[in-house]
Amino acid sequence: MNGTGTGTAKPLLLGVRHHGPGSARAVRAALEEARPGVVLIEGPPEADPLIPLAAAEDMRPPVALLAHAVDEPGRSAFWPLAEFSPEWVALTWALHHGVPARFIDLPATHTLAWDGNGNGDSDGNGGGAGADGDRGAAADTDVRVDPLRVLAEAAGYDDAERWWEDVVEHRGVGKGDALAPFTALEEAMTALREEYGDGGRERDPVREAHMRLRIRAAQREFEGGVAVVCGAWHVPALRRRTTVAADRALLKGLPKVKTDMTWVPWTNRRLARASGYGAGIDSPGWYGHLFAAPDRPVERWLTKVAGLLRAEDRIVSSAHVIEAVRLAETLAAMRGRPLPGLGETTDAVRAVMCDGSDVPLALVHDRLVVGDVLGEVPAAAPAVPLQRDLTRLQRRLRLRPEAAEREVELDLRGETDAERSRLLHRLRLLGIGWGAPAASRGSTGTFRETWRLRWEPELSVRVAEAGVWGTTVLAAATARAEADADAARSLADVTGLAEDCLRAGLSDALPSVMRSLADRAALDTDVGHLAQALPALIRSLRYGDVRGTDTAALAEVAAGLAERVFVGLPPACVGLDADAAEEMRGHVDAVHGAVGLLGDAPAPGHGRLRARWQSVLRTLCARDAVPGVLRGRSVRLLLDDGELAREEAARLMGLVLSPGTPPADAAAWIEGFVGGGSGGGLLLVHDERLLGLVDAWLTGVPAEAFADVLPLLRRTFSAYEPGVRRTLGELVRRGPGSRGGTTTAAAGAPGFGPGLDTARADAVLPVVRLLLGTDGDDRETSAGLVGVAG
Amino acid sequence: MPATVEPTSVGPTPVEAASVEATSVDASVEPGRDGSAPSDVPAAQTLRPHAEDAFAAELAALAAQDDRPRPARWRLSPWAVALYLLGGTLPDGTVITPKYVGPRRIVEVAVTTLATDRALLLLGVPGTAKTWLSEHLAAAVSGDSTLLVQGTAGTPEEAFRYGWNYARLLAHGPSRDALVPSPVMRAMAEGRTARVEELTRIPADVQDSLITILSEKTLPIPELGEEVQAVRGFNLIATANDRDRGVNELSSALRRRFNTVVLPLPETPEAEVEIVARRVDQIGRSLDLPAVPEGVDEIRRVVTVFRELRDGVTADGRTKLKSPSGTLSTAEAISVVTNGLALAAHFGDGVLRAGDVAVGILGAVVRDPAADRVVWQEYLETVVRERDGWQDFYRACREVTE
Repeated sequence: MNGTGTGTAKPLLLGVRHHGPGSARAVRAALEEARPGVVLIEGPPEADPLIPLAAAEDMRPPVALLAHAVDEPGRSAFWPLAEFSPEWVALTWALHHGVPARFIDLPATHTLAWDGNGNGDSDGNGGGAGADGDRGAAADTDVRVDPLRVLAEAAGYDDAERWWEDVVEHRGVGKGDALAPFTALEEAMTALREEYGDGGRERDPVREAHMRLRIRAAQREFEGGVAVVCGAWHVPALRRRTTVAADRALLKGLPKVKTDMTWVPWTNRRLARASGYGAGIDSPGWYGHLFAAPDRPVERWLTKVAGLLRAEDRIVSSAHVIEAVRLAETLAAMRGRPLPGLGETTDAVRAVMCDGSDVPLALVHDRLVVGDVLGEVPAAAPAVPLQRDLTRLQRRLRLRPEAAEREVELDLRGETDAERSRLLHRLRLLGIGWGAPAASRGSTGTFRETWRLRWEPELSVRVAEAGVWGTTVLAAATARAEADADAARSLADVTGLAEDCLRAGLSDALPSVMRSLADRAALDTDVGHLAQALPALIRSLRYGDVRGTDTAALAEVAAGLAERVFVGLPPACVGLDADAAEEMRGHVDAVHGAVGLLGDAPAPGHGRLRARWQSVLRTLCARDAVPGVLRGRSVRLLLDDGELAREEAARLMGLVLSPGTPPADAAAWIEGFVGGGSGGGLLLVHDERLLGLVDAWLTGVPAEAFADVLPLLRRTFSAYEPGVRRTLGELVRRGPGSRGGTTTAAAGAPGFGPGLDTARADAVLPVVRLLLGTDGDDRETSAGLVGVAG
Repeated sequence: MPATVEPTSVGPTPVEAASVEATSVDASVEPGRDGSAPSDVPAAQTLRPHAEDAFAAELAALAAQDDRPRPARWRLSPWAVALYLLGGTLPDGTVITPKYVGPRRIVEVAVTTLATDRALLLLGVPGTAKTWLSEHLAAAVSGDSTLLVQGTAGTPEEAFRYGWNYARLLAHGPSRDALVPSPVMRAMAEGRTARVEELTRIPADVQDSLITILSEKTLPIPELGEEVQAVRGFNLIATANDRDRGVNELSSALRRRFNTVVLPLPETPEAEVEIVARRVDQIGRSLDLPAVPEGVDEIRRVVTVFRELRDGVTADGRTKLKSPSGTLSTAEAISVVTNGLALAAHFGDGVLRAGDVAVGILGAVVRDPAADRVVWQEYLETVVRERDGWQDFYRACREVTE
């Protein structure tokens, strides 16, 4: 169209929508026809040396150009490119035809500096800052004119995206003049620009001035005409005739920052997020399909959907596909659209293939409409900023990456060591296994950590891969933790993640992890899982305290979790067999310990957890359907807490050990009450009444039942320490002297006088206190120990 | 005392809230089996006139101004049908009232399905306007909503095919005159829209007789060696309750013949409170219960509880919840509130209080005594207990739950 061969001819301006498959196809056709001598693309010029990499064999879109400030990797901007992006198409066309390609937008060195100065214009999210706002980024529409919206409204559409799709993207391959659409679009945009000027984007004139200068330079430098691929919004401005001096004046005195560029792999999911390139697109998979499909896009798409649903074991026949196509096409006609769009096909898939249900539809959205595509970048691409950030941190913290394995001990009370620990934990979260936690020697305090460090060469690859998550270790680890929290399957995974987040000091990720945790807890129907998660959470809570992290959110979630356990535990304890009861007893102990720790610091709105837990225990010990071991354990826990009087405990024990109860059940109760290594033996030693009850019961067990209860009893009593066992034995052998007696003090041991010589006993007390280092009474101390042991 | 689900034939729905004809009360849908619809009775006198009679003026205005292409034997073009259902204003200023208030997409897909000659299956929990929508679709498409088969566990095959006039059969032998056509058969012959209510309650073997009709579009009459072939314009709208799974689940062969549209529950709590309050008011009047203006708060609470448990997330969207096994539909909320109102009127002081609805809610929520009880208690302890102004409700629920 343009006179080729003369450097001064009008440049061929191809206005596009970023990530528009129709635009991409039109660009390709236009380039084929015009065959320009150079292709200029809207994008940061610093990326020019990176252009040849686009043709590399292991370069697979979606990828993004990443610019970041050298000294401050957190300040960065992305220019994502998908296979169906017009920019990508122009780039690859140029490379395949041996035509030079150049980026002509304002250099990132300025745009990043702009963002850094925070002059109010930037939306401040590192992702979208440098991208361009041609289509009115979703976040900015309130202040800026959205050119497409204006055009769509003029055409009677209420949805700008749909209008653009109908008019531009859904057109098949142009049959007539490949350049005609661009001319029409330019006219529309010119009319818009005349009315709205720069539409409230104050940076646009500067950027456009730069583009004009670069176009002029290219015209001088290259033969054979210049083609420019840029946002449609810019076309009228690039067409305008201005003087070089005026453009130069606009570019004077721009702030600068030292920047670096590289290619990074991108994903469809990130394309779908509104943070990427100015405006995110909701359906990269659908666009990709529109771009790749040679013809009959709707039929092909629905066949693809059918394939996916079949792979997921839904019955979808060809007849379904036929009906879906018919429905989609009729719907489009009814809605007055030239071709079925994503909305019509989705409605058709829902009605015909999914029985009206949104559940399989969600799968279609996830796998096809968005798609799971992950881009790849050749190894030759420059290092990602994450690597730089890591290097910087390693230098600052004096942790050199060495291939030889070594162990470091970190004292978390020191600032440097704490930071080192955080770095190692963050790297672990990112899958960069430089350090592995090792068991601390000697001290078991929570303020001490031991790490085994070893830098393997492949870790550099891991760092490059982790570059997708962010540009600094902190940001990347936060993003990764949030994504992991979303993807986690089990409750235990999330609690583990919460612990990791606390250790890694990722307080920004904590809210979303907590949210995920609360959600999983709400939906988990297995009390066992909840009960397992609780202690881990409490551990995190205590750990967080050591680190000085804000753990209020954590405490609240823990309290909520405890509430759910309280509600779910009693029904879950009914009708269990011996093994399940034993497991449940572990859960009860764990929750008891956790509540003991949590009860001291009640979360707002959760009242007295301890009191509620005790009422749950009371419910448990009173219910006959609950296995004996759990009832016994509940009574014991209540007794230790001082919530149950000794007389009451004795009464309950008497009830269970009375002849009406099957011996096996009674034995299980005893196991729960005094069994295990929880000081049960001492209880019997000191409370002869309880011992008497056990003794009386045991002698009353019928001979035929005795063989059944023996293993259980053996397990109960063999766990006692030898000293306790001997004392018990002596007490029993001493015989029924105290049986039936209500006071223990009156009966003296054989060979001793009755009662205590209090004066002589008192004399020992100061020494005992000194040894124990406490002034509290011993009962409470032992109860506390029991609680912690659980 | 569990709250009972209303039979679907009652048909009170979100649409009624918006339709002008909101005065219609509990009229059962006419079986219309023999086709002698009571058309000789003036529409004004019937308890509940058919859609095509009640909105005859709107349909006529639409037909007069509809210049878009119409499928064979359709009274209106698909655009006009959608307009009739969704409401709007015609170029000459005639106002079309909205018959269905809900996502536009649903109506568009439903109308398009009929236009593509596919059978339409409307799914939804009780009280989501399935019957209402199917009646109006039939009225707008064919001008006749009376070709109806009410599905029950006892629906015989004759309801889809034909029966015999035995007196004539014995007197004159088998002939077309002795044949009593079913609504479906008549729809086939005349190219109209047939309706089947509660498809999943019909026994599976009877359901199967629909397969031939829908795929071959013919109905053989072996006794006479004849067949009835459907003419263009014939179609079928079925409704089914998607929560009563396992009643008579559709075979995949039959399911394949249908395009399925699931009708959603009311989108906002406000809309649902409005529907519940209106229906409770209507039922209350017919039972001579006193009107209770203060009860709206309690209704709001019932609706909130139902919505939250149904959706599995609290109204503020911050906490997830387990959902119980019950349906917890709008119809059940209506039933709970009516129960409570009766309790308050007969045994209380006439004011609807938390205690009056607590038992009903418990009955509606706890269908499975083991699992649902835990769900309910968890909901009480984690959500209700902490909520401002809900203490009385919490106490009332605790009282009946313990």
